[in-house]
Amino acid sequence: MTPMTPNGATPVGAALAEEAAFEKPVSRGEPILEVRDLVKHFPLTRGVVFKKQVGAVKAVDGVSFDLMQGETLGIVGESGCGKSTLAKVLMNLEPATAGSVRYKGEEISHLTGSALKAVRRNIQMVFQDPYTSLNPRMTVGDIIGEPYEIHPEVAPKGDRRKAVQDLLDVVGLNPEYINRYPHQFSGGQRQRIGIARGLALKPEIIICDEPVSALDVSVQAQVINLLEKLQNEFNLSYMFIAHDLSIVRHISDRVGVMYLGRIVEIGTDEEIYEHPTHPYTQALLSAVPVPDPVARESRDRIVLVGDVPSPANPPSGCRFRTRCWKAQEKCAQEVPALTVREWLEGPAAHDSACHFAAERENGQ
Amino acid sequence: MTTQVGSTMPVHEEPYSGPLLDVRDLHVEFKTRDGVARAVNGVNYSVSAGETLAVLGESGSGKSVTAQAIMGILDMPPARIPQGEILFRGKDMLTMGREERRQIRGQRIAMIFQDALSSLNPVLTVGYQLGEMYRAHHGTDRKEAKAKAIELMERVRIPAAAERVGDYPHQFSGGMRQRIMIAMALALEPDLIIADEPTTALDVTVQAQVMDLLAELQSEYHMGLILITHDLGVVADVADKIAVMYAGRIVETAPVHDLYAAPAHPYTRGLLDSIPRLDQKGQELYAIKGLPPNLMRIPPGCAFNPRCPRAQEICRREVPRLFEVTGDNDSPVPGRGSACFFWKETLHDADDA
Repeated sequence: MTPMTPNGATPVGAALAEEAAFEKPVSRGEPILEVRDLVKHFPLTRGVVFKKQVGAVKAVDGVSFDLMQGETLGIVGESGCGKSTLAKVLMNLEPATAGSVRYKGEEISHLTGSALKAVRRNIQMVFQDPYTSLNPRMTVGDIIGEPYEIHPEVAPKGDRRKAVQDLLDVVGLNPEYINRYPHQFSGGQRQRIGIARGLALKPEIIICDEPVSALDVSVQAQVINLLEKLQNEFNLSYMFIAHDLSIVRHISDRVGVMYLGRIVEIGTDEEIYEHPTHPYTQALLSAVPVPDPVARESRDRIVLVGDVPSPANPPSGCRFRTRCWKAQEKCAQEVPALTVREWLEGPAAHDSACHFAAERENGQ
Repeated sequence: MTTQVGSTMPVHEEPYSGPLLDVRDLHVEFKTRDGVARAVNGVNYSVSAGETLAVLGESGSGKSVTAQAIMGILDMPPARIPQGEILFRGKDMLTMGREERRQIRGQRIAMIFQDALSSLNPVLTVGYQLGEMYRAHHGTDRKEAKAKAIELMERVRIPAAAERVGDYPHQFSGGMRQRIMIAMALALEPDLIIADEPTTALDVTVQAQVMDLLAELQSEYHMGLILITHDLGVVADVADKIAVMYAGRIVETAPVHDLYAAPAHPYTRGLLDSIPRLDQKGQELYAIKGLPPNLMRIPPGCAFNPRCPRAQEICRREVPRLFEVTGDNDSPVPGRGSACFFWKETLHDADDA
């Protein structure tokens, strides 16, 4: 590893320790976040005075995964599959209906008061829309410094201005912009402000909910590079939620695919992208437009019929069966477990929630 | 002038051999409190019947404003077209009378908008809105218009069309609403369809369905299609030729295969390089530095020069015209052009990589 450049000596916005930044850490530690059977149902009620529950939107319905120290876990899925609700439940912005979330072995899903506050310091979030997630009446300095009001122990009052300027420098903005307002910045710069706010409390986990989907193509790459640089500099663990499959592949170590509130397949990026075994993952990957006109003749796409069913009334058994070309009697009766099927070998042997999990044959 | 209202017969015209639509040196500017924003600065492109032109650009590149100018739906003022021609079958639409233009809009050139939910009227049934096309343009009566609406919904493959014709837009899913938008554009069998980011608001699996449908209907009716998008992947899938826009100008035009194989403009090159690729995992993504320019203060010379890795003195001084790009044996490639003084170097750079 090249030695880190001293912080003060670098010009504004220059990448710190540029060469070291893109070396992936070799060893991964313990799971920092363990999620088990997490459920979030939103009740559907009828009546004005006597609210009678008539059903529930099963936004997240039994999700389990581990997030390792220093790793990026990508979550992909179509709109309405529950990926943003999952993020909110992990942040404790929405109470979980059932299930457990353990941070470093400690249950956090039912914490309240000061215990919750202490845990939240370590889990921060970067939001999708940089236009609505920054208060237009606050200066950049106030926005990034606001976390210190809630957690004064991180930066004593006198040091805050300096801390905010350091953060601006880290995310590649001019520290002199501290007194400007959000409207004076472009979309990409605003997203950098949002990232700086997320970093303020020196968290260990950052949940990024579609952090680049509102940005222009040429600016997206800048923000992705920044996120990767910060991860290596501060040894952050990311949960990266997005619908753009190529960006998720680029940034993630492991990828989970969600469909109607459940994870249908999870594995390393190679296992998911090169050897998908769940029909939904295969369809999703084949539907992604490839920026290469030569490939459009050669690849064979699976075009799914119909739309995603309503999460208020999901199909019995496997939730994907209504759109699946492999569906059998068994799929309607039995919920497929997210496990490794014994008949799969090599990179195809990873967790997949399909009774008939198999790699696609070429020329199918 | 002969009036066509009330007749369901197709309009008979003498055969026309040139391009369906020919935009020449179009300029559009907006008057704002802070000054004049020059959104479109001399755009040239043409589309023939059965051809798909993709207009690629980031937000603020002027791609949608050009389309709105073609449709004649710009709010004027604040917009102004100081210069340029929009020829539809050889006739300039900018100098036409209101009534003549109305005959073209919707009937000969139709548009599909990005956000189907806000483009449909929420308080009218989809059947009524589809039938409105026939009632307004052909004077069809209600009953027949409804029957035609059902027929259209079947054509864009909306299941149970006869039962759903009385439903309101909110009762349909995003993909189905976009199909209704397509049906509406198709209703009068136009010669040209302008699709402004038709699948951007949709999920990938639905996006594939909608693009397939659009391509199929296009070849069935032999229509011209202008596809406006920012997604390089969607373009590669359907377009015949591409026009890349930056700061209100076309910076590169090319047949689709040539552009992806070897871009001749540094901006196109940067866009292609900033897409994450398999063989570059774990490395830093290429990123175009800087930001798109403010349209009120477009940099002098080539608008891309402050962000360009290749910029020289001449780029800051002179505006590059669209140079003809030549292939390996120095013969010009038909339809290829690049507005860069160093297009040759850019092109050969791509060969080395």
